[in-house]
Amino acid sequence: MTRYIVGRIIQAVVVLWAAFTLTFAILYLLPSDPMELQLAAAGIQEDSLAPDQLAAMKQRFGLDQSIWAQYWHHLTGVLHGDFGTSLSQQIPVSDLIGQRIGQTLLLSAAAATVSLVAGSLLAYLATFARWNPLRVFLTRLPALGASFPQFFVALFLIQFFSFQLGWFPALGTEGIQSLVMPVVTISVLTSSVLAQVLIKSFDETLRQPYIVTARAKGLSRSAVHLKHAFRNAALPAMTILGVLVGLTVTSSIVVETVFTREGVGKLAQEAVLAQDVPVVLAVVTIAATMFVLVNLVVDLLYPLLDPRISHTRGRVRPATPEVVTT
Amino acid sequence: MTLVDIKGLDVGYVRHRRVTPAVLGLDLTVAAGEVVAIVGESGSGKTTTANALIGLLPANGRITAGSAVVDGIQTAGASERTLRRLRGSVVGLIPQDPMVGLNPTQRVGHQIAEAVKLRGLAGAAVQAEVLEHLAQAGVPDPELRARQYPHELSGGLRQRALIAIALAGRPKLIIADEPTSALDVTVQKRILDHLGGLVHEQGISLLIITHDLAVAADRADRVVVMQHGRKVEEGDPATILRTPREHYTRQLIAAARPVVPHFDVRDQVAPEPILQLTDVSKTFPVNDLRRGARGFNALDKVSVTVPRGQTHALVGESGCGKTTTLRIALGLETATGGSVVLDGDEISGLSWNRLRPLRRKAQLVHQDPFATLDPKFTVAQSVTEPLVSFRIGDRRSRLQRARELLDQVALPHSYLDRLPSELSGGQRQRVAIARALALRPDLIMLDEPVSALDVLVQEQILQLLADLQAALGLSYLFVSHDLSVVAEIAHTVSVMSHGRVVEQGPVAEVFTNPKSAHTRELIDAIPGRRVVDAA
Amino acid sequence: MTVTIADVVTEDAPRPAEEAGGRRANLVANLVQLARKPVFLLATLYVLFVIVSAFRPKLFTSFGPYDTYPESAAQAPSAQHLFGTDIYGRDLWTRVLYGSPLTIKATLIAVGIALVVGLGLGILAGFFGGLIDAVLMRIIDVLLAIPGLLLALSIVTALGYGTIPVAVAVGVAIIPGFARTTRAEVLRVKTLPYVEAARAGGASWGRVLLRHILPNSWGPVAVLAVLDAGVAIIAIASLSFLGFGAAPPAAEWGTLIADGRNYLVTAWWLSLLPGVFVALLVLGLNHISKTLQELTR
Repeated sequence: MTRYIVGRIIQAVVVLWAAFTLTFAILYLLPSDPMELQLAAAGIQEDSLAPDQLAAMKQRFGLDQSIWAQYWHHLTGVLHGDFGTSLSQQIPVSDLIGQRIGQTLLLSAAAATVSLVAGSLLAYLATFARWNPLRVFLTRLPALGASFPQFFVALFLIQFFSFQLGWFPALGTEGIQSLVMPVVTISVLTSSVLAQVLIKSFDETLRQPYIVTARAKGLSRSAVHLKHAFRNAALPAMTILGVLVGLTVTSSIVVETVFTREGVGKLAQEAVLAQDVPVVLAVVTIAATMFVLVNLVVDLLYPLLDPRISHTRGRVRPATPEVVTT
Repeated sequence: MTLVDIKGLDVGYVRHRRVTPAVLGLDLTVAAGEVVAIVGESGSGKTTTANALIGLLPANGRITAGSAVVDGIQTAGASERTLRRLRGSVVGLIPQDPMVGLNPTQRVGHQIAEAVKLRGLAGAAVQAEVLEHLAQAGVPDPELRARQYPHELSGGLRQRALIAIALAGRPKLIIADEPTSALDVTVQKRILDHLGGLVHEQGISLLIITHDLAVAADRADRVVVMQHGRKVEEGDPATILRTPREHYTRQLIAAARPVVPHFDVRDQVAPEPILQLTDVSKTFPVNDLRRGARGFNALDKVSVTVPRGQTHALVGESGCGKTTTLRIALGLETATGGSVVLDGDEISGLSWNRLRPLRRKAQLVHQDPFATLDPKFTVAQSVTEPLVSFRIGDRRSRLQRARELLDQVALPHSYLDRLPSELSGGQRQRVAIARALALRPDLIMLDEPVSALDVLVQEQILQLLADLQAALGLSYLFVSHDLSVVAEIAHTVSVMSHGRVVEQGPVAEVFTNPKSAHTRELIDAIPGRRVVDAA
Repeated sequence: MTVTIADVVTEDAPRPAEEAGGRRANLVANLVQLARKPVFLLATLYVLFVIVSAFRPKLFTSFGPYDTYPESAAQAPSAQHLFGTDIYGRDLWTRVLYGSPLTIKATLIAVGIALVVGLGLGILAGFFGGLIDAVLMRIIDVLLAIPGLLLALSIVTALGYGTIPVAVAVGVAIIPGFARTTRAEVLRVKTLPYVEAARAGGASWGRVLLRHILPNSWGPVAVLAVLDAGVAIIAIASLSFLGFGAAPPAAEWGTLIADGRNYLVTAWWLSLLPGVFVALLVLGLNHISKTLQELTR
């Protein structure tokens, strides 16, 4: 048991380190000239600098060091919560993120909660609705929700609920009112993803022979569904929680941009536009950490919820259902 | 008093807006306390009948005509509410496959308690009844078992837990749908005996659904034979067995052969061996995080000899190591120790390339007819594939050979272009045999080649194998769990248990005069006493 | 032989004795089955229409994408201007059609990258197993740990803006799905009896891989490719919406929608109609993929 937990934690740390390294490699090793990128981010033309100025700049951004030295510097920095200095805003990245992360966490948490409830509810209704046309409609609904680009959903909501009806503000971060449409925008996608996985899982579960056993006992329809089908269907779907949380985080990039909310997502968008490499690296690292943490928690909880899985065997949990999202 | 009264029942399945009939004009009664068996092959409508009785047809199943009255209540066209009052309390069901019949995430006791509570009981009385039903179903140590999850129980215990669930509703009728086909014969026998005793004691009616006429004849007061959705014959077992009216029933009786060895090689000098396994052992590594890596002994010094031109059978229950032995003999698995000599050549430890030329001498026919052929290959491609692998002949000569092979397995030439999805199970098995014959091997390894087929088709394939052996002088290594099949086809036999050979010798000797307790138990467990008595 | 052909034929009564067996009949039967599904036909027609319009936009419009008619600026949708006109008086329907080539090209590149790399990794991992499998799958785990859009953003940061970098970025982000699906399929097929029978018949692993494992594994991968084309379209549109796509005046769909958002109050169609156009395409691909999945099951 302890051995399993420790092993799983070490595995998570290794994945996290590898993800950081990969991102670092992409950002620092791909064929663009880092100096040029960084000067552009700082708003300086490379030609306008004298050679000694250039050298000074290089030193300031640490670019005179070897790539290994830079990597080591960044890695040790991250471990101490230091993500370097933003190139475009000239202030520590950790400060920039610290100011904005609250907004994004609030948005992500709200969206994750809403989509968990909405997705499960939709899946339940789609599986157990008695009226056939309604069931078909509800089963198809998630595909529709996942087909609309998020920025489109956001613009549609703004057009309809802000401009036509005037119920919610179109922009800004003030008050709970401003949170409604961003949360709905994200949840349309994430609850659709969850509902698709759950509907498929319900479908497979209801075909299992033990459902026939339960019905043959004389249990009512709802008792069969709630006591036998729901738990067995929900267990495999649990493994996509990590993906869902990752999705709410990436969704915040588009959503915060459209609704002009000062969060980490909008920061990421601005950082990419300004090619502010340290900020991008920091945001990716934080998102990967969240994903890995949620997965770790699911992995540690799963054996407690599914009696078939024991800590002492090699197999830990069923494979994550394939979810197609970016 | 009549408990079940079915009159003119038609049941069909809706596919593509058309109703495909599954049961046609069925009349059937079950009296209180009576044991009735419905016998038929797959697709005969026997399971559909049982499901229709308690309204558990699949979503596309429809009762299109007739009536089915259970305990005075009409179930054809009845509402879900009416049916629910019947389920459990009037009719209990023991489903087909015990391995998947229990909810994997609920404790066994809880699942039985659910059925008990439906009778209105509550509190401590429920737990007491749960333990009582488990004990009645023959589960040892019920307190412990009730707390366990299904995956912690063996197949036989799960079957007993399912029986306990069926008993828990205090039903008047229990439907047992193929109650034993997923279990080993010895477990099968014990459970059927127990179930028979229980219903007799408690005066419960029993409806057994089975493909095995021998099982039906042994245990039923009345046997109903179904074919293609219709009842073809009905009567008490003795009459049906002695004086069957229908051709189909006669075929079934012939197929429910008693264990009478077909060949007797007791006094003959054994031909020289084509395959000889000596002291073959196999250890599978088992990864156990807590105890570290350790070995699991799948085979322990197994020695087996296949005489040239004859059939040697490996029999035993699941997990006894018979399939592993066959795979080692074929070089698909490497032995941990011992030697394998094929036609004078030592093959154990040979690399794939060194082994390859020897492959032409020994070929394989697999158990599962639905996975043995590549779904994307036509029959011609499947049959000629070994020729292509060994670069034998050109296109035309291969096609010519494919025609010959189809002749040998008695399939028409027009089947050359067919895909496996267009063939029946028996036909697929014929194609698999043709493929094994392509390289003109001396030895064919048969891994349960008929166990997934209906009895009559089994009979045809066994006949084909015997004919091929006579015509081509083939040797077979035949793996099976079914002693009656072995008796029919094999000359010599090795009985295996827990990775060891417990008894070996000519079939006529081993089956008529078993030396080991395990062999005796296997033979005793074979259903069909009444078939033998009637013969 | 004692078994006659008559015996064999009676052996399987319920199976219809088709005159024409074999591959072609199977294919025809499948196509007929598909043709009977109206929604599937509609989805296929729409996807085909978008692809054709991407290469030959002139077939479907008489305007040029940069023709400005100041006198008809910001007109609501009408028979003459299906999607209305933008503030410079350019026909929006034409702009959307001329936006197709960029997005379709990017999508094909993205799916192509994911397909080639994912398929390669999946086959390697599934076929060889052991250490190779363990290492490759850990790499995939790491790729999965970085949420897709962020991985794409990192790549765009490093490569710069434009259609190609965006396509590459999205392609890399959807590699893991392909690799895992391929691996799972290869693993499943590898243990099937017919593979074993082929091996016992003397076939080399190379032959088994090419003739048995790949043809029987690619179905779910193809289904995923169609589905992921839709996902890639959304991702590419999102990236160009965020401002990382092609430079103006060329307009990908995402850019068109982004430009229109400043006029939501006065000219709602500028954003919403191109959005519906994109969503229908994704929905169509989604439906095609689902139907194919049911067919291959």
